[in-house]
Amino acid sequence: MNDDIGLPISHWRRLWLYCVGALVLSFLIVPSLIIVPMSFSGSTLLRFPPESWSLRWYEAYFQSVEWRDATIVSLKAAVLTTVFATPIGTAAAYALNSGALRLAGFINVVLTASLIIPVILIGIGTFFLYARLGLNNTLTGLVLAHTVQAVPLVVLTVLSGFRSYDMNQERVARSLGAGRFSAFWQVTMPQIRFSIVSGALFAFITSFDEVVVSLFISGGETTTLTRRMFSALRDQIDPTIAAISTCLIVLSIVLLSAAQLFGRRR
Amino acid sequence: MSARPAEFVSHGLNADALRADARRESLGLLGLCSPGLVLVGIIIVLPIGWLFWLSLFDENGQLSGANYARFVEQASYIRTFITTFEVAFLVTGLCVLIGYPLAYMLSQLPRRAASVCLIFVVLPFWTSVLVRTYAWLVILQRKGLVNTWLIDLGLISQPLPLAHNFAGVIIGMTHIMLPFLVLPLYASMKTIDADYLCAAMNLGAPPTAAFWQVFFPLSLPGLAAGVVIVFILCLGFFVTPALMGGGKVVMWAMRMEQTTGLYSNWGAGSALGVVLLAVTLGLLGLFRWLLGARATSVWGAR
Repeated sequence: MNDDIGLPISHWRRLWLYCVGALVLSFLIVPSLIIVPMSFSGSTLLRFPPESWSLRWYEAYFQSVEWRDATIVSLKAAVLTTVFATPIGTAAAYALNSGALRLAGFINVVLTASLIIPVILIGIGTFFLYARLGLNNTLTGLVLAHTVQAVPLVVLTVLSGFRSYDMNQERVARSLGAGRFSAFWQVTMPQIRFSIVSGALFAFITSFDEVVVSLFISGGETTTLTRRMFSALRDQIDPTIAAISTCLIVLSIVLLSAAQLFGRRR
Repeated sequence: MSARPAEFVSHGLNADALRADARRESLGLLGLCSPGLVLVGIIIVLPIGWLFWLSLFDENGQLSGANYARFVEQASYIRTFITTFEVAFLVTGLCVLIGYPLAYMLSQLPRRAASVCLIFVVLPFWTSVLVRTYAWLVILQRKGLVNTWLIDLGLISQPLPLAHNFAGVIIGMTHIMLPFLVLPLYASMKTIDADYLCAAMNLGAPPTAAFWQVFFPLSLPGLAAGVVIVFILCLGFFVTPALMGGGKVVMWAMRMEQTTGLYSNWGAGSALGVVLLAVTLGLLGLFRWLLGARATSVWGAR
């Protein structure tokens, strides 16, 4: 829209607004960033700035079998969730976008229900169900529960990608003899692939960062990183968590940048 | 965007074949949705329905409303509800108070500057709730950064109780909820045409009057959408109160976890869940009815 708001108010008169805005932005961002230098601290005391520097908390993280196993479980679950949620969500978004689907509004509500339903209820519910199916503390159960939570994000992201795509192109391909799937694959897919990738990134981070449901249904050998962190935070504040948090922050920044990059090229 | 306008299906010479084709098309599309629908059915709808069924029976397996009656009879449950709504109102209020100026500033900045600032709003969204809660624990706890600094500066002699209490929960939750308010609010402010404000000022309105009489009313739908999302998320929020409440601030979700986990009272825990879901859907339905479908569109913005 309009790049320059042509209001007859000088920037100087709005200085207070910029100050308030900057303060709120730093409230949002500083707490997470303050963790980064503290994770390189040489002492067990969490001080800012740290009195001495070392990599001991990173060593503690990487050398601990428990933390390493938990990280691997979380990565496995996140990759598998991405692999399942992306096609399921894309297929659903395709159907919802076509307009020829009956009950599209209802289906949309059902698919995105997990965004509205309190997570704690999903956690207790899946725990209760899995107890009967023997799926608690299994990777399968974890991936299923995470996929349900990731699908709505994929659906919404891909749907927003479809908004800037003209479905007639696919119809042209089909009227020229392309099959349904190859028309989608060769004509539609290349044009919405950036929103599909964004959706996949959402799915990954949703699974990797998921706390509440994992708290109920993961344990033993499939304890996720978030579950172990949660227990550790309940007991005591160990600077190892600062090192892990820094790794997670770096992962968030990488994924967000990737999503922004792909989002812009959409 | 409909593939086949209805009149083509109903008229024409081969109407039957076309109708059959449309039906096949619709079924095929339903098939594309079915993996997602089946998954939601098994993982979400089935267990919640089961919990609802459980909540209707007391400990002896008799059909009764005892699980719901105790919410109004037992003081500890009433206290949980009061705490939950207190936290939800306070956090929502704080988010509005600091989120509105931020969204307003973002909407007034030139596009490039705004998109840089927006990254700061979206990044916390992508950062684990645990990491952010940990950060606040480090900053606010007894031997945390704030207390250390204040004692070093000689301003206080005893550490202030900032974490593991009500204040800690409020600060931590406000930090986590803020983007949920700012993003829909910003999106709706972007659609307000600056010409309205120019017109108001041309007609002699001072900037404050132009803001309060023109801009603010136009931004209310976006504000309401953000408020609903934040309030609803607060009601069922678990992580931050559990970690920063120090066991003293028992909110709804924590109560559910304790009742089912600690006391294995599934009937009572399920009843709590059913009421929470009903309140959530009720609020959402109410605001949707008042404002249209905007209330849930925030998720697309992430």
